[in-house]
Amino acid sequence: MTMSQARLSAGAGLATLFVLALPPMRTWLEASMVAHMLIQIPLLATTGFAAGFGLSPSQRARLRRLIGGPLPFVLTALLASSYWMLPRALDATLVNPFAELAKFASLPLLVGLPLALGWERLEAVGRGFVWTNFFSMLAVVGWLYIAAPVRVCNSYLVADQYDAGLWMVRLAIALFLAWLASLFMHRAPAYTTLRATLASTITQARPAP
Amino acid sequence: MRRALYASALIAFAALAVFWWGTDGFRAFTTETARRERILLNPRALPLFTLEDQDGRRFNFNEYRGRLLAVEFIYTRCETLCRSLGTAFRQIRDAVPADRLGTDFALVTVSFDPSDDLTALRAYATHHGADGRHWRVARLTDEAARDALLDVFGVVVIPDGRDGYEHNAAIHLLDRDGRLVRISDIEAPEDFIRAAGLRS
Repeated sequence: MTMSQARLSAGAGLATLFVLALPPMRTWLEASMVAHMLIQIPLLATTGFAAGFGLSPSQRARLRRLIGGPLPFVLTALLASSYWMLPRALDATLVNPFAELAKFASLPLLVGLPLALGWERLEAVGRGFVWTNFFSMLAVVGWLYIAAPVRVCNSYLVADQYDAGLWMVRLAIALFLAWLASLFMHRAPAYTTLRATLASTITQARPAP
Repeated sequence: MRRALYASALIAFAALAVFWWGTDGFRAFTTETARRERILLNPRALPLFTLEDQDGRRFNFNEYRGRLLAVEFIYTRCETLCRSLGTAFRQIRDAVPADRLGTDFALVTVSFDPSDDLTALRAYATHHGADGRHWRVARLTDEAARDALLDVFGVVVIPDGRDGYEHNAAIHLLDRDGRLVRISDIEAPEDFIRAAGLRS
């Protein structure tokens, strides 16, 4: 990434964050559970991810060295993003300005930014872990929302909850397929090994004739 | 590598603390569970609200001091949850020993729908068997008081886009001092009956 690209990425991230924070935008995206969970929250994380590339490569490397490599960053992103999957956390942001502020601060700073710092140094296996963990979490939470016998959010309609669940499962499947397809397009040695492992697992799993 | 390990342990610990705090010790993952847990731990005193029952009589919860009071929130046009609420209330009423009904225990159904008039309340009362004495069906006369009442009970009402509402339906118990002490599930009136010590 060149210097100007980095600046563009950081600028786009901050500008998006600003737009998302505008009251009409917040009202609009938080009116439905689907938009809240699947548009606003991922976008907030993306702003931090994009802004992270505004730091120079040496600054990013220094931050990584400070806490010992990419893993703690990825862990932070994973844990902080799970918090916002709690129905209660989602409800709270609608009635409590501090919770809303915490959401707007933590998603860019504790999910997007650490992911940007950790991602570029993550091996193929590490990336695979993050992705597969993300799909499965999305699918499980989505399924829970579809199958829950109760309304999990006091602020959202039960039909909205069902829709959100359905979209999460759809998204999980789509992302999984896209990820699987992307594996076959990489030329790096790590991916060749991964492909070979996958292929041999599939062959072995096939019942003997 | 060691540094990464320490950092990860610290991060995991911090996250655990935040999740613990955010779910009241891993017990309440939804706002509704949290509301019920908190009332159990900290009974809530209620401000004074003037209500109007199906016969047009004005009253407030204070008049029930010295008695247990079951409170539920509905809107009369409701076809789904409120029917279960009505059924649950009837089950509770029927479980109370005759000598305690009215003297030690009473029920109030409150409509949060501004469009519910006395006729609508009466129709609801007749349908569910609320007699207007031991079980009253009431509404709020003023809009601001309505929001304050829902707020203090922790009831969230949202329009469902089909001219109705969705709300966190439950059965609320006020103790003899008029404090909100318990919130039970509408699917488990038995639980409420036992908790309130209503079985003879």
